[in-house]
Amino acid sequence: MAGTHTELLGAVDIGAGWLAIGLLGLLRPRGMAWVARILFPLGSLLGIALATAGILALSHGVETLILPFGLPELPFHLRLDALAAVFLILLGATAAGVSIFAAGYFRPGEGTAPGLLGLQYHVFLASMLFVVLADDALAFMMAWESMALSSYFLVTSQHRLPEIRKAGYLYLLVAHLGAAAIVLSFGVLQGGSWQFTFEAMRAAQLSPVSASVVFFLSLFGFGAKAGIVPLHVWLPEAHPAAPSPVSALMSGVMLEIAVYGLLRMNLDLLHGQVWWWGLVTLGLGLLTALYGVLFAAVQTDMKRLLAYSSIENIGIIFVGLGLTLIFRAFHLPAFAALALAATLYHCLNHAFAKSLLFLGTGSVLHATGERNLGRLGGLIHRMPWVAWLALVGTLAIAGIPPFNGFVSEWLLLQSFLFTPSIPHEFINMLLPLGAAGLTLAAALAAYLMVKFYGIIFLGQPREAKLAQAHDCGWLERIGLLWLAAGCVLLGIFPAQVLALISHATLELLHATTAPPLWHGLLFAPVSPERAAYSPALFLFGIAALVCLAMFIVRIAYHGRIRRAHPWGCGGFALTPRMQDTSEGFGQPIRQIFEPFFSMRRELPSPFDAAPHYRVQIEDRLWRWLYVPVVSMVQRIARATGAIQRGRISSYLLYSFVTLLVLLIWVL
Amino acid sequence: MGTVTLTAVLAQGTATVMAVLAAPLLLGWLNQCRAWLQNRSGPGLLQPYRQIRKLFHKDAVIASNASPLFRLVPYVELASMALAAAIIPTLWTRLPFAIAADSIALVGLFAMSRLFLALAAMDIGTAFGSLGARREMLVGFLAEPALLMVFFTTSLIAHSTSLPTIADGFAHQPFVLYPSLAFACVAFLMVLLAENARIPVDNPTTHLELTMIHEATVLEYSARHLALIEWSAALKLFNYVCIGLALFLPWGLAERPTDPTGLLLAVPALLLKLAVTGSGLALIETLNAKMRIFRAPEFLATAFLLAMLGLLVRLLLGS
Repeated sequence: MAGTHTELLGAVDIGAGWLAIGLLGLLRPRGMAWVARILFPLGSLLGIALATAGILALSHGVETLILPFGLPELPFHLRLDALAAVFLILLGATAAGVSIFAAGYFRPGEGTAPGLLGLQYHVFLASMLFVVLADDALAFMMAWESMALSSYFLVTSQHRLPEIRKAGYLYLLVAHLGAAAIVLSFGVLQGGSWQFTFEAMRAAQLSPVSASVVFFLSLFGFGAKAGIVPLHVWLPEAHPAAPSPVSALMSGVMLEIAVYGLLRMNLDLLHGQVWWWGLVTLGLGLLTALYGVLFAAVQTDMKRLLAYSSIENIGIIFVGLGLTLIFRAFHLPAFAALALAATLYHCLNHAFAKSLLFLGTGSVLHATGERNLGRLGGLIHRMPWVAWLALVGTLAIAGIPPFNGFVSEWLLLQSFLFTPSIPHEFINMLLPLGAAGLTLAAALAAYLMVKFYGIIFLGQPREAKLAQAHDCGWLERIGLLWLAAGCVLLGIFPAQVLALISHATLELLHATTAPPLWHGLLFAPVSPERAAYSPALFLFGIAALVCLAMFIVRIAYHGRIRRAHPWGCGGFALTPRMQDTSEGFGQPIRQIFEPFFSMRRELPSPFDAAPHYRVQIEDRLWRWLYVPVVSMVQRIARATGAIQRGRISSYLLYSFVTLLVLLIWVL
Repeated sequence: MGTVTLTAVLAQGTATVMAVLAAPLLLGWLNQCRAWLQNRSGPGLLQPYRQIRKLFHKDAVIASNASPLFRLVPYVELASMALAAAIIPTLWTRLPFAIAADSIALVGLFAMSRLFLALAAMDIGTAFGSLGARREMLVGFLAEPALLMVFFTTSLIAHSTSLPTIADGFAHQPFVLYPSLAFACVAFLMVLLAENARIPVDNPTTHLELTMIHEATVLEYSARHLALIEWSAALKLFNYVCIGLALFLPWGLAERPTDPTGLLLAVPALLLKLAVTGSGLALIETLNAKMRIFRAPEFLATAFLLAMLGLLVRLLLGS
């Protein structure tokens, strides 16, 4: 086994390296140049190394390792298989881009000292790495918890602002509710053997009821971290609060790590083959996708908008996962592999594209000091680098071919087209309607991204101070370029990426042969006659035709251009205030889906001296779900408060009564 | 699809160039029919060409704060529609370019052109531009799922999402009436009207900015840029009509370009079908009035529901 451990050992070393980088930052905790300019680029190089190790590990089979620490009975087990390798690639490649961006992003005098921030940041990275590698419940939960805690500290790095402390508290609360559910699910999953290695859990035989209990607990636990409705409330609060590189990592990587947990639990450890698990997952995913995209479309804060868009993408990932579970339950491994490939592909896409956009908003925030869409505009002139690279992310999230977002949507729709072959009269009719919901969410995402991009980067600057906005520095440009290149490559070479991903799908689904997904630049899940899409040819066609059209127009006609002010409707000048606002852009969505939102509107009356228009949109789930739960918890707390008298004699009495009751029960 | 030979590529390239060149003719025919129906003599079939020629000769006037994106978009519009023309079976079904994009990717291609147009409309920062962008995307996000559902229905029947394979299957099988296709056909027609900015969703000849959808997005364009956009709009109409013909009236399509008898049948069949469809569209536009903008979502939601009904009919009854 000696020679086969290289990738796993390399990954562990990289995790240790990240921790060491974090600790090195404490040497000069206030030294911005030391932490940002030296340590963060080092961390970025480790990210590239991790992605390389992941790619190598994909074709090398399973590697396991037992670390010589942990509990006496249970040392840390680590395991690197193809599924873990896919997520190592995701983590490493995304972290490489985000770290190099962060090297240029953090400024002195903002919140937490840079050394401490560097420590939290790298602990966050390393703990995500160990979540992916963990092969026993204890190591998993320790890595999971340190991921939650380090990201909590990162979210609250501007902890002097009360609303940021509040957002951090909400995040911590939901994270721990989820963690509790995950611990419980591990407890059920060990199936009475009291062995907490994943190896033992794979072997455990569970009754159908306890298998379903594990499924729901893990869905709750990982769903809380991933942000599925109704556990999504922390996302739109935490993302705007966190510094942009942290938002990028949390949205682009941490949410996907939660998906990894669910995949590990339901496709690897849990053996149940119950079709309605898939249906529940799919339904939740669809609800989440539509909910996320509708709320995203009415946001006015650019980071909140992206947070809701992340919720939508997680929904799409859950739809793919649900479809995988359904196909697997009906013993259709080839189609399950297709749906799982779409799921994993969407994880990769979302990691690159959403990190790119969050980093882009970070640059905009630094250049302008504004997060409010209503005070931005026209930045494509002042910040061309950020604007053009963000356009790539925008097109990717909007699911526009030939960028990467479209590939996974295409794969997912293709797998939906196979659902009529499911031998079950009820769901093979229900599922294509799921495809309808998915297409609606995808089409709304395009609307949303036009709003995002158009309001921030196009048009006229809505504030005078935007004229002083500056483009981002060269380190930030490298980070953005890296992620944008990832989006483009994932979009243009899906066949090659799927060849890598298929190692994981084959391993998880125990399928013997991969469906023929690739053929050079063409990629077709079954056969080219059935369905084919060739993004390289697509891009080449568009680019060649654009060049041809330009060439012909230039040859055949003159190239004269006059610049003039846009027409001001005869007489008066156009002001930036005449443009559509972000509220205006969301208005059709508000109007069409009005029952969906809980809205408060203040309309100006004709007699107002200073007319005000305000519209406030709230999540209905706050009132329907969270407020009742909170008041119930408070009632229970008050009820238990009645027996807390603060006298030692009464507490002794309680202990005595408890002992008595237990004794009687034992007898 | 079959083997990709040089002849096939050349033939398909020629057909695409012909489609790009001939597309304004369909628009001219539609407008001419509409003029006849309204008791006007009409400008003649060649009016769209005259319009485009005039625009090409003018000096382009561009707003002082336009970004490079604004100047790029007209070319992207024309290129995306030309690419779409290359993957839609109009005369024969063995298309070498069809592997580039199936029907789902074709929807993506239309989404791309719509998204770029909306971005260009927001680039200048005028009131009407961003208003148009918002409305264009509103129509788009409702029409796109409906179109996808139409393709889903046809794909389920033909067991393929590739447009030439679907058309090939429908054209060369014994005549069967699918009720699901009837639903899909009506839905498709509604999407066609909405996506091409025709009455009742939008009025292509309007001069009233407040009611514009598509026209508002191109208000800031002039001269050659506007010519390219108008041309691509004509090509888009041609593409949509050809998709409809390939899905719902595929008879007469030849299998390959090297088959002279098939082509002899296919060309007149296509011309006849285009003429009939064009006059049919003119009739629809004459009989209807433009609806209020917030009626448009209802119109498109109806299209979406019809397409879903088609899908359900297909799944429930297998027909």
